[in-house]
Amino acid sequence: MEKYLNEFAVGQKGKVKRITADGKIKRRLFDMGVTPNAEILLRKIAPLGDPIEVTIRGYELSLRRTEAQAILMEVESD
Amino acid sequence: MIKFALAGNPNCGKTTLFNTLTGSTAHVGNWPGVTVDKREGLYKKLAEKVQIVDLPGIYSLSPYTPEEVISRNFILDEKPECVINVVDATNLERNLYLTTQILEIDVPVIVALNMMDAVKANGDKIVIEELQKVLGVPVVGISALKREGTDELMQKAFELAQTKRNGTTILENTIVGPIIAKVKEALPQDLGSKLFHAIKLIEGDELEVKAHPEADKIATELKAQQPDDGFDGDYEAVVADRRYDYISVNFKKAIVKANKQGMTKSDKIDKVMTHRIWSIPLFLVIMFAVFHFVFSEDLLFMNAIFGLEIKSETAVNFFTGMGYEGEPLGGIPSLGVFLQSWMGFVFDQLGELFGLFMSTDTWYGALIIDGIIGGVGAVASFIPQILLLFLFISIMEDSGYMARVAFIMDRAFRKFGLSGKAFIPMLMGFGCSVPAMMAARTLEDTCERDRTIRLATCFSCGAKAPIWAMLAVVVGGFFGDIFVFTIYLLGIVIAIVSALIMKLFGKNHDVPPFIMELPAYHAPQFKNLMAHLWEKLKHYVVKAATIIAASTVVIWFLSNFGWAFWNGMVEIENSILADIGRGLSYIFYPLGWAMGADGWKYTVATLTGLIAKEDVVSTCELLGLASGAIGLSTAGIYAFAAYNLFTLPCMAAVATAKGESTKKGFWVTLAWWFASSYVISLIIYWVLELYSVAVWAGILVTLVLVAAIVASGIVLSRRIKKYSKE
Repeated sequence: MEKYLNEFAVGQKGKVKRITADGKIKRRLFDMGVTPNAEILLRKIAPLGDPIEVTIRGYELSLRRTEAQAILMEVESD
Repeated sequence: MIKFALAGNPNCGKTTLFNTLTGSTAHVGNWPGVTVDKREGLYKKLAEKVQIVDLPGIYSLSPYTPEEVISRNFILDEKPECVINVVDATNLERNLYLTTQILEIDVPVIVALNMMDAVKANGDKIVIEELQKVLGVPVVGISALKREGTDELMQKAFELAQTKRNGTTILENTIVGPIIAKVKEALPQDLGSKLFHAIKLIEGDELEVKAHPEADKIATELKAQQPDDGFDGDYEAVVADRRYDYISVNFKKAIVKANKQGMTKSDKIDKVMTHRIWSIPLFLVIMFAVFHFVFSEDLLFMNAIFGLEIKSETAVNFFTGMGYEGEPLGGIPSLGVFLQSWMGFVFDQLGELFGLFMSTDTWYGALIIDGIIGGVGAVASFIPQILLLFLFISIMEDSGYMARVAFIMDRAFRKFGLSGKAFIPMLMGFGCSVPAMMAARTLEDTCERDRTIRLATCFSCGAKAPIWAMLAVVVGGFFGDIFVFTIYLLGIVIAIVSALIMKLFGKNHDVPPFIMELPAYHAPQFKNLMAHLWEKLKHYVVKAATIIAASTVVIWFLSNFGWAFWNGMVEIENSILADIGRGLSYIFYPLGWAMGADGWKYTVATLTGLIAKEDVVSTCELLGLASGAIGLSTAGIYAFAAYNLFTLPCMAAVATAKGESTKKGFWVTLAWWFASSYVISLIIYWVLELYSVAVWAGILVTLVLVAAIVASGIVLSRRIKKYSKE
């Protein structure tokens, strides 16, 4: 099943399929290791509902929902 | 002298390594044109002295952040003899991504595999020989913290520095390989690091495309001829993907992971610190505790609760240093207040010492004792509090908590065009604007940094408190408390409104992205903390002190001499400053408080407030306006308070703002301070005066604000409920 990362629930896991952002945000995502086939686990949502915290390539990354919206995922497990 | 550059991700222990290598020889300079620190130091244990340059922490050599551009230009243009790529061994995958880019430059590279002690503690193992084989450059396992392997690292780097190295790339056997070869040929003959430039051109890097348009044409053509492999011809994506691919395939063998079970210590701490409901209250409690220890005059509220107090007449000498003016201290002071009083005491003693040799009746005696020692002393007395505040902030930063603060506060701040990271500097503004502005450095976006500095003064600082206290006495009794409270609230409201205005009319509409690493928690290192504090201290003393000393002397001169200054000193009523005050008071007529016979006195008080905000009070006293004699209506008092709250802060803060802002941003900030204080003071005076319900208006404002806070609390709790359901 395909889903954007911002639609994930806490504890859900998946693989990156595609990045739909442009320019600076796209590059930043790539540089932080958010590339196709990278595994991402949604760890936590901030107290006010945004941003979110994910585990990727063995470290913790925080990003906003608007940025997560640009990451198309293949859902692996709940 | 040979030069080594330290390059690596943020948080990879680069600074620790730098401190270990250079000891106390480090000094901080500014990069030309950009306000990012370059740190340089000397390593002396080799046959030859080596200059170590600490480049800013980066994740990539892309052209999007100033740090990245600086690092890549340094390596390309300054041609260090060797690049020491510091790699966090506990997070190899992402760290090596930068390594694959650095290797493409024609420069000797050595990889310092840092935090090997942490790897061992986790029970993992890294096969260094394997890594070395894949990377093709020497790899040395070190622990910068425990000083293990650093000498070996430097020895190897030194040997490497005698050699030459041509760039290598892991992209050679990918679909990009053939294109790289052809683009390389199209680049100018005499250009160094062709491989690096060619790859960046293929990625469509703005800087390279501008520098080599012909080669870019060829690159674009070649890319168009390639079959699509699912990236829609987006070579930035292809290259990043191949790098990570290569790393995860080739370095698996080098890492032997122990089978870990359960949560790490860092996870456990994080569970509490970023808890859905408790994280925000917890953060507020932590911040309150910090402020309490730095600024409270009644430690742990022991006076308020138990009536415990120190009276200067009964206290031992050690404490009388603190209450040397003879007033009862009314409670045990916090460490910050205690040290501040001592600092003031020391400068007073210094003044008295000079008083033995010269009289303040002579012009030079007055200049040295009242002008220089008094003025510099007023500013220097803040040093202990600034350092203490920074000690706490550095602990929060080093431990990894600061990143979480940004994480939990981001949502609230984004509405005002700022990110969560802006919260700390603003909060610190309640203590002192100087450290607040310095703390704005943690903000990556220069525009956001400028705005945060601009708004830091809205949060009424410790030195402004005496002004409110003086005015509160005039307002009187119960309303005095409400007056002070509304002034603080007014500051917060104006800060929010200002942020919104800047968001609406500012050039930069986007909030900078928040794609940020949340580093694992670890105990802060004493040595690093001290290095941090030393840097801040130097910054404050050197940069601010020059401007402060000069401006202090100027204002001292203006307030002690008449136009015929060769005739000697005069009373302040007859001074140049008084005349300037009389002249300027016309400008302030519309604000209410500058009218009448005493109007010029308020103007002069405001001017002397530029040295230090406490001077507003001392000048008022000097001019006979003390407490009872203030002849202003409540509207006038509010307007006067508002003007002093929002106008130019003291010289120390102005100097800091200049040092920390961009050039343009600083001038906008100055204009903003002048304009906003005038407009706000004007509105307040006329609104209150016209309806002549001054105090009630203040109460009304309070009620509206309390209602707003309660309402946002309700909205907040609903949000939390909504998200916890999800």
